Amino acid sequence: MPVITFQGAQYTCHGNETVTDCLERHGVSVSTSCRSGICQTCMMRAITGQPPHDAQKGLKPSLQDNNYFLPCVCTPTGDLTVALPGDEVLQRIPATVILKDHLNAGIIRLRLRPEQPFEFRAGQFINVCREADGEVRSYSIASLPQYHEAIEIHVRRLPNGRVSTWLHDHVLPGERLLIEGPHGECCYVPDNRQRGLLLIGTGCGLSPLYGVLRDALDHGHAGPILLFHGSSSHNGLYLVNELRHLAEAHANFRYIPCVSAEPARAGYAAGRAEQVALQSVKSLAGMRVYLCGHPDMVKDTKRKAFLAGASLREIHADPFIITHKIPPAGEQATAG
Amino acid sequence: MSKTLFDKLGGEKAVDAAVDIFYRKVLSDDRINKFFADVDMDKQAAKQKAFLTLAFGGPSNYSGKDMRAGHAQLVKMGLNDTHFDAVVENLGATLKELHVPDELIAEAAKIAESTRNDVLGR
Repeated sequence: MPVITFQGAQYTCHGNETVTDCLERHGVSVSTSCRSGICQTCMMRAITGQPPHDAQKGLKPSLQDNNYFLPCVCTPTGDLTVALPGDEVLQRIPATVILKDHLNAGIIRLRLRPEQPFEFRAGQFINVCREADGEVRSYSIASLPQYHEAIEIHVRRLPNGRVSTWLHDHVLPGERLLIEGPHGECCYVPDNRQRGLLLIGTGCGLSPLYGVLRDALDHGHAGPILLFHGSSSHNGLYLVNELRHLAEAHANFRYIPCVSAEPARAGYAAGRAEQVALQSVKSLAGMRVYLCGHPDMVKDTKRKAFLAGASLREIHADPFIITHKIPPAGEQATAG
Repeated sequence: MSKTLFDKLGGEKAVDAAVDIFYRKVLSDDRINKFFADVDMDKQAAKQKAFLTLAFGGPSNYSGKDMRAGHAQLVKMGLNDTHFDAVVENLGATLKELHVPDELIAEAAKIAESTRNDVLGR
């Protein structure tokens, strides 16, 4: 009989029992509501083991790919280790800095080589821990596991940002950091190669989008891909040449760098990235939308994208990232 | 055995098709969208789905107590009959858009109506 491991304890499932029934029979209190696989209140993630596909019905494709499932309709066929979203077993593993360079005046790129097997997908994020005092910050992954062994993150220097300042000023190649993760569902899903993709990011919210974009191109995505990257100034943008080259090489990809607080030069759009995007794409019906950047921008744009016709299932923004406190004037996805 | 309302409407697939349309109407409706201004959209959509499943006569374990607790804060904000009417109206318009026959819309509205006193905390 299948064994469920949850929060460090093991529970044996009877015959046709669901994960929810099994946990409750053992006196474990879990949040649940419709018990019919509909309301998604009880969603969990399988850390090890594969939940039956029927228990993933109705979840976003990227959640399905990351082994999220609904325990109230999950009759397990094998052993499962399960966790609540955001409550996953936190195992920190060492990773060595193998590259550090500047993407622009305020943003550095770090490549980290995990010292243990570490599965991830472009667009997810990791938590980086400073061992000395346990400070943790989240950074999105810009690299593709199929081509780079290393995890690439982009770190913006925040005023008084304890971890970002440390990464900028003190961490050197060769140094070991502790990382944990990956988390998040801001990933490319190759379920429909004809679908339009709309990517909107501000500041170093470009980092996961760069990963999603290259993952999509790598999968031979055939539908239109639009990337709007915004900053207040031209100097705040980065990877501009790389993205222009990608746009030249792929007829279905358009890159629109946006500048909101100074006159836009030729080749740049004037305005905030999300405004420019929603003005130039009239109907979002059928499109998959990725939003990364300042939490206020993400929240506001999510609503506008939905009202402009995007299905809520197809709007991806990382809920974990926007829980961090970020100074309102800043423009970035991950805290400093 | 005669088909249930849930089956006649098309089951869970029909609920999925209705959620986005219904939620978009609610968010665009100035009479009621203030009640939805500051909520997590994904969580809210899951609640809309649960509500539509209930109104469609589908599997649902919602109790009157849940309904009261879930809306108590909104009642404090001034939620009243006119807002409830607006939600039922949006439900009807959603089903109309999905080409559901009038008699089935009336059945769904009747189920929604049965929650009125619980939702309004009476």
